[in-house]
Amino acid sequence: MRAAIDYLLHLADNALVLGQRNAEWCGHGPILEEDIALSNVSLDLIGQARLLYQLVARLKGGNTSEDKLAYFRDAHQFRNYTLLELPHHGPLSGYAHSSMDYGTTIVRNFLYSALMALLWEALEKSADAELAAIAAKSLKEVRYHLRHSRDWLVRLGDGTDESHARAQAAVDHLFPYTAEFWADSPAEEAAIKAGVGVDLQTLKADWNAIVDAAFAEATLQRPTVAGYVPEGKLGRHSEHLGFLLAEMQSLARAHPNGNW
Amino acid sequence: MYTQSFNVPDSPGGKPVPLAPSLEDPVLQAAFDARIDADGRIEPQDWMPEAYRKTLIRQISQHAHSEIVGMLPEGNWISRAPSLKRKAILIAKVQDEGGHGLYLYSAAETLGTSRDQMLEGLHSGRAKYSSIFNYPTLTWADVGVIGWLVDGAAIMNQIPLCRCSYGPYARAMVRVCKEESFHQRQGYEALLEMMTGTEEQKAMVQDAVNRWWWKCLAMFGPPDADSPNSAQGMRWGIKRVSNDELRQKFVDATVPQAKVLGVTLPDRDLKWNEERQHHDYGAIDWDEFWATVNGNGPCNKERLATRVKAHNEGQWVRDAALAHARKQQERKMKEAA
Repeated sequence: MRAAIDYLLHLADNALVLGQRNAEWCGHGPILEEDIALSNVSLDLIGQARLLYQLVARLKGGNTSEDKLAYFRDAHQFRNYTLLELPHHGPLSGYAHSSMDYGTTIVRNFLYSALMALLWEALEKSADAELAAIAAKSLKEVRYHLRHSRDWLVRLGDGTDESHARAQAAVDHLFPYTAEFWADSPAEEAAIKAGVGVDLQTLKADWNAIVDAAFAEATLQRPTVAGYVPEGKLGRHSEHLGFLLAEMQSLARAHPNGNW
Repeated sequence: MYTQSFNVPDSPGGKPVPLAPSLEDPVLQAAFDARIDADGRIEPQDWMPEAYRKTLIRQISQHAHSEIVGMLPEGNWISRAPSLKRKAILIAKVQDEGGHGLYLYSAAETLGTSRDQMLEGLHSGRAKYSSIFNYPTLTWADVGVIGWLVDGAAIMNQIPLCRCSYGPYARAMVRVCKEESFHQRQGYEALLEMMTGTEEQKAMVQDAVNRWWWKCLAMFGPPDADSPNSAQGMRWGIKRVSNDELRQKFVDATVPQAKVLGVTLPDRDLKWNEERQHHDYGAIDWDEFWATVNGNGPCNKERLATRVKAHNEGQWVRDAALAHARKQQERKMKEAA
């Protein structure tokens, strides 16, 4: 039971944190159609997070609720990939500011959607029937997200000199964070053993194939990855998650007894 | 979300001025007039007087700009929405406003303008948008009050536009009105929920109502006596109901809703008039309204600069899409050769 909860929280936190990030584009997109598209992706992700948190709340019982899980846990209790909490720009310290870069947004959505298109498909066969149902719904959504981000990755990579340089910089910045996809974690191991979760190692070759084909079409170079392996799914995050949560949780925490 | 119920000239000047009389082909003009008199629809391929075309381009593009600028005050609360359900509702709502902007830009394009031209008008400060979006959203309750009152006022204005004489605009408004009416109920429901909560939450709702009430009344535009273009708009079937009639309808509809919600409306002169069978209400501060329309409200500069920033910083993305499309085309042509 405990194993399933931690695994579900990892999946839910991924969806919520990336949903929160993508919603930052609402009203600020590079073109109206993209504003609408990114808001849609964000809505799908928040919808996935809600279903997963609701499932966790049922498993935990008591007065746990989707909002308690989203708004009243601290950064070290979040189990999302570090990749997903990074701001929409290149590498900068937590309290540094910069304009949002669409290249960073697109590359991240592509790297994550490519993984989730495989993972949700595999999770359709999860021993947990409720998770399998959430996976079936999420799979339909993530296939659109993958198509959207892949199309834009190719446009940016094979567009102008400037867009190519920006897309390559985003790839160089973000790609190392994908090392976390393949690292072991106790929550995943336990979930795999229980038949609830999926061993990502079994998806790695397919993910590589999706990424390499898209990079080739986009004329982008895949960087070699060595050294630091992020540990967001173990609760050890970047400097950025604290700021994301401080903003997201501020109102709910200011009125803990409020009705919304 | 909303366009002012009158047509503000897109010059930096300000108050409306009467339109010049038309000097058009009398035969075509007579056929056009007959169609309007028979309550028929004008379609993009039909002949229309130049002044009608210009008025519509201005009104529809102002409406589209209002939708796009209107994404900003509510978008301000997406990241801090107090529950996941409310966050999802708010994103969907702001996204709907973007969608309205998209249909309206498309409807205006059928009159022979382009989205780039319209955006240039907005970004240079020449084109107007609804002044209501030049006020700040200070608390979460503003999100609910904008849904209830601002969208409520917008619906009053926009339902008659579903019968507008210009076909593409009228058809766009049918869908826009359905979504706006949903937004209004969502906003009201969010406030009802807050009013079951803590004292702080109730105070937050009352404060937001106090700040938005008069702005919403002004949204219907100047009194009929001061609306020189209204008569021409009525003649053309672009405007169907006068500013004052719409405003009265809004006040009468809102008073009982405020009672159910448990808030007061900030107007000491607001009372039922048995003789008129309507509510009387106090005097609107038109000087403040015109100052805001003419660029000197609390958020005009911030709203416009935010739109310009998004557009400028998105230039490289749009350029990349065009460059890639051109490359694809060239490759196809090479393969075919």
